[in-house]
Amino acid sequence: MRQGEISLVGLLALFSLYLMWKSTELPIGYIRGQGPGGGFWPFWLALGMLLSCLASAWNWWRGLSPASRSDEPLMDAFGWRTLLYVGGSVVVFVALISIVSMYGAVAAFLFYYLRFLGRHSWFLTLTISILLPIGLFFFFEAVMLISMPQGMSFTQPFFDLMYDIIY
Amino acid sequence: MEVISFLADGILLALEPVNFALIIIGVTVGLFIGAMPGLGSVNGVAILLPITFLVPPNSAIIFLAAIYYGAMYGGAISSVTLGIPGASTAVATTFDGRPLALQGRASLALVTAALASFVGGTVANVLFTLFAPVLASTALSFGPPEIFALMLLAFATFVGLGGDDIPKTVFSICLGLVLAAVGFDTISGEPRLVLFEIDGFMRGIGFIVLAIGVYGIGEMLWTIEQTRGEVTTTNPKMTVKGMASDAKEAMQRGWKGTWIGSLIGFFVGILPAAGATPGSLMSYGVAKMLSKTPEEYGNGSPDGVAAPEAANNSASTGSMLPMLTLGIPGSPTTAILLGGMVIWGLTPGPRLFLDETEFVWGLIGSFYISNIAALVINLAFIPLFVWMLRMPFTILAPLIFVLSIIGGFAASRSMHDLWLIVIFGMAAFFLRKFDYPLAPAVLAIVLGPIAEPTLRQSLLLSSGDPMIFFNRPIAGPITIIAIILILLPGIKLLRRKRAMAKN
Amino acid sequence: MKLTKRLFLALAASTTIATLPIAAFADGWQPKRPIDFTIMAGAGGGADQIARFIQSVVEANGLTNRPLIPTNRGGGSGAESLLHLKDARDPDHTLLVTLNSFYTTPIRQEALGVDIETFTPIIMMGVDPFVLWVHKDSGIATFEEFVAKVKEMDGEFVMGGTGTGQEDSIVIAYMSGAYDLKVKYIPYDGGGAVAKDLAGKQIMATVNNPSEAKGFYEAGDFVPLLAFSDERMEAYPDVPTLKEKGHDFSYYNQRAIVGAPGMSDEAAAYYREVFGKVYDSEKWQGYLVSESLSPLIMDEAETRAYWSRQVQNHRQLLSEMSN
Repeated sequence: MRQGEISLVGLLALFSLYLMWKSTELPIGYIRGQGPGGGFWPFWLALGMLLSCLASAWNWWRGLSPASRSDEPLMDAFGWRTLLYVGGSVVVFVALISIVSMYGAVAAFLFYYLRFLGRHSWFLTLTISILLPIGLFFFFEAVMLISMPQGMSFTQPFFDLMYDIIY
Repeated sequence: MEVISFLADGILLALEPVNFALIIIGVTVGLFIGAMPGLGSVNGVAILLPITFLVPPNSAIIFLAAIYYGAMYGGAISSVTLGIPGASTAVATTFDGRPLALQGRASLALVTAALASFVGGTVANVLFTLFAPVLASTALSFGPPEIFALMLLAFATFVGLGGDDIPKTVFSICLGLVLAAVGFDTISGEPRLVLFEIDGFMRGIGFIVLAIGVYGIGEMLWTIEQTRGEVTTTNPKMTVKGMASDAKEAMQRGWKGTWIGSLIGFFVGILPAAGATPGSLMSYGVAKMLSKTPEEYGNGSPDGVAAPEAANNSASTGSMLPMLTLGIPGSPTTAILLGGMVIWGLTPGPRLFLDETEFVWGLIGSFYISNIAALVINLAFIPLFVWMLRMPFTILAPLIFVLSIIGGFAASRSMHDLWLIVIFGMAAFFLRKFDYPLAPAVLAIVLGPIAEPTLRQSLLLSSGDPMIFFNRPIAGPITIIAIILILLPGIKLLRRKRAMAKN
Repeated sequence: MKLTKRLFLALAASTTIATLPIAAFADGWQPKRPIDFTIMAGAGGGADQIARFIQSVVEANGLTNRPLIPTNRGGGSGAESLLHLKDARDPDHTLLVTLNSFYTTPIRQEALGVDIETFTPIIMMGVDPFVLWVHKDSGIATFEEFVAKVKEMDGEFVMGGTGTGQEDSIVIAYMSGAYDLKVKYIPYDGGGAVAKDLAGKQIMATVNNPSEAKGFYEAGDFVPLLAFSDERMEAYPDVPTLKEKGHDFSYYNQRAIVGAPGMSDEAAAYYREVFGKVYDSEKWQGYLVSESLSPLIMDEAETRAYWSRQVQNHRQLLSEMSN
C-alpha cells in the first residue's frame, strides 16, 4: 500500500503537469480590461491539483495517511483476479460493441458474467442473456428512439430484420 | 381572489378524462425513463414531442409536464437502488440513499424520497401560483455576477463534504473543475484542452460520463473487491405495513431536510442559469450544516435523502416559472417544452401569461394533479424496485454494468464517451483504494460549467475589476456569505489549536 | 408504448390536425433503418427547435417508413456533428440540420479536415434574418441614436451574443467596422440566455434572430432598431435595413438539411421529396411566417454554388474580424 500510494500520487502529479501544459495553448493570465483568458481557469486549477499532490506526498513522507503506514500489498491475488475478471470483462464488453453491436456485446457480457463469474444455471444464464438484450432493443430503438451502435457490417441483416418488425 | 378561480379552472381542465389519462400515462412513463441511468426527463419529453402534435396544446403540455414530474421522481430510484445518479439533479440523493440501501433500508430511502418530492413539488406549486409574476422579475435581476456568487455559495455549503484528508479533497475538487473546462471555450470561441489531440474531447466531458464511471463502474469494482464478491444486502420483503412504518419514520427523520430542500430548491430553481442541480446540492449542504447530527450525513440519514429530493422537485417546478412568464428556458427540458409551444402555435414570452390564460393555468393545475399522481404511482412501484435489490448480487452486478454502459451511450451517443466511462471507472477504483473522495469531483464537474463562464462574463462586464462581485446589491451579500462559509472551518480549526495550546 | 402511440393516433382521428395525405412511396429507394437526424447544436436552440418541428411534421403525417432520430451533437461549435457526418457509417441514413457554423467551424478549425462541399445538399428550409435589439428602457428608438449612444459611451456599451466567431458576432463585427463603434461583447452559451440578460438589462443590446426575441418584442420590452436582411421584413415594416443605410451587407442564418458525403442519388432524391412535402405543409409555411424566416428555394446545383459562395464570404468575414 505504501508504495502504491506514492506511485499513484506521482502519476496524478504528472497528469496535473500535462493539464497545465495543455492549458497554456490559450492565454493563462489576467488580460487587462477583460479578465482571465481562456486557459486561466484550467491552468491555475491544475496547479492546485499539482500542489495538493505535493501535499499528499508530504503526508505520505510523514506517514500521516493510513495507506502510507500499511505494509500490506495493494491487493492480494484474489483482488487482482477480481479486477482482471470483472474489470477486464467490462473493457472487453465495450470493445465488443464496435464489432458485434451494443446488443450483441450485452448478450456476450451477461453470458460470461452469469455463467463463469456467477456460476448460475445454464437455464438462467441463457434466459437473461437472450431476453434482456431483446428487451433493451425494443426499449431503446422502438420506444426511446435512440439508435445504439450496430457494430461491423455483418450485423446489418439482423438489424434490418428487427426494424421491419418494429416499425 | 382571481388567482384561485384561475387555478380551479386549471385543475378542472387537468381532471378532464383525456387529460387525466394522459397524466397517469405520462407520470408512469416518466418514472421509468427517469429511473434508467443516463436517461432523464429531457429524453422523455423529446421523444414524446411529435406525438403531442396529435392532441390539442393544452393536453399536450399537460402530458409533457406529467412526464417531467415522473422523471423527477424516477431519478431517485436509480440513485438508491443502483447507486448511480441517473441525472445530475439526483447526485446528492446517492450520498445517503445508497448507504441506506446497503443497510437494507432501501424502502425507507425510496419512501422518504417520494414523500419529500411530493412536499417539495407542492410547496413549489403554491409559491408558483401565488407569486409567479413577482418572482419572474426577481429572476431577471440575476445576471452573471449573481449567478457566480451563487455558485460560490454552492461550493461553500460543500466544504465539509470531502473526507478527512484535505489535500486529497482539494485534488478531487480541482480535478472536477479542470475536467469541466475540457472541450470548447465559449468565451474565446477556441477549442481548449482537447486532450491528446483526440477529437472526441471536443464535445467536452459530461457530468453523466464521470458519474457513471465513478459510481457505476468504479464503486461497483470496489464493492466487489472489498467484499470478495459476497455482497449481502438483506432488504426485507415489502409489506403494506412495512411501508407504512417506513413512511412514519421518513416523516419523523426527514421533515427538516424536506422543508430546507423545498424552499432552497424553489428559489434556486427559478433562476434560469442555475436550475435544479445546484438547488439540490445546496439543499443537501445546508441541511447538513443546520443539522444537530451532521455525522449521520453520508452514512444513511433520511434527512440527507429528503433535502435533495424535495429540492429537485421544487426546483423543477420553479424552472417552469421563467419558461412560462418570460419564455426563457431554465433547463434543457424546459427548452424543449418551449420548442413544443412554438410547434403548437403559441408565442412563449412575457405575454403568454396574459394572452393564453387557459393554457397557462391548465398547466399549473396539472402540476398539482401530476404531483399527487406521481406520489401514488411511485409508492406503488417501490416494492418492485426493492425486489430488484433482493436479486443475488451476481445477477444485480452485471445488470448494473450493462445499464451503466448502455445508459452512458444513450446519454452521450458516442463511443468515445463509453471508453471514458471505463477509464474513469478504473481510475476511480484505484483512487477510492487510497481514500480519495470522489463526490467532490462529480459536484465540481456539474457546477464548473456554470461557474467559469459566469465568472468571466462578469469580469468582462466590469473590465476586469473583481469588485463587481461585492458592490452589486444581490451579488455582494451572497459573495460575502460564501467567503465566510468557506473560511469558517479554517477559523474553527485555528481556535481549537489555540485552545489546545493554552491547555 | 406502441399501445400509447396507437391511442394517440385514435385521438388524432377525432381532431383535424393532419394536413397532408399519408405519403405513398410505392417504388424507388426507401430507408431500411432509422434515419440519423443529427442537430448541429445543443437542445433548446433555434436549430434544435426547427429539427424537432420538422421531425414532428414528418411523424404526424407518416412521411417516412423509418423514424427520424434527432440527436444533438453541438460540441465544439458543431465540429462534433461535422466529424460525425464526415465519418458516417451509413451515409444513406445520415442527415444533418445545420446553421451557419456549417461554414464557420471548418474555417476556424482547419485541423478537422472537413470539406463541407463534399456533403450532399438536401433542402434549404429557410433563412433566418438578424435584427439589432435594445431594451425599451434604454430610451434608444432609432439606429442613429444607437450609434450616437455607443460612441458617447466609448467602449463601455455592453452587447451580448453567442460567442466570438458565431453568427451574431460576425454581424456585430461588420456593423462596428462600418460605423467605427467600440462595444464590449459578452459571449453566452445560447440565444435564450442572451435574450434573458437583455430583458434583465444586464446587457444593453443584442443581435438576434427574431424568433429568439419575438416574445419580448410583443410584450413591448425589446425595440428593434435595424434589420440585416436584404429587404425590410414583413413583421417589422418600420425597421430599416443596413442596406438602406448604404452598406452592402446582409446576413442570414441558414436552416438547411444536408446529407452525409457519399449519400446515393436515390436516397438524396427520397429525402428531397420527403422534406419538400414538409416545406409545402401548412404547418411549415405558418412557421416561416410566425418566426419571420425568409424562403430560399434552390435545387442541388444552385445549393452547391451557394455553398461555395458562403464559404468564401465567411472566410473573408472571419479574417476581417481577426484583424
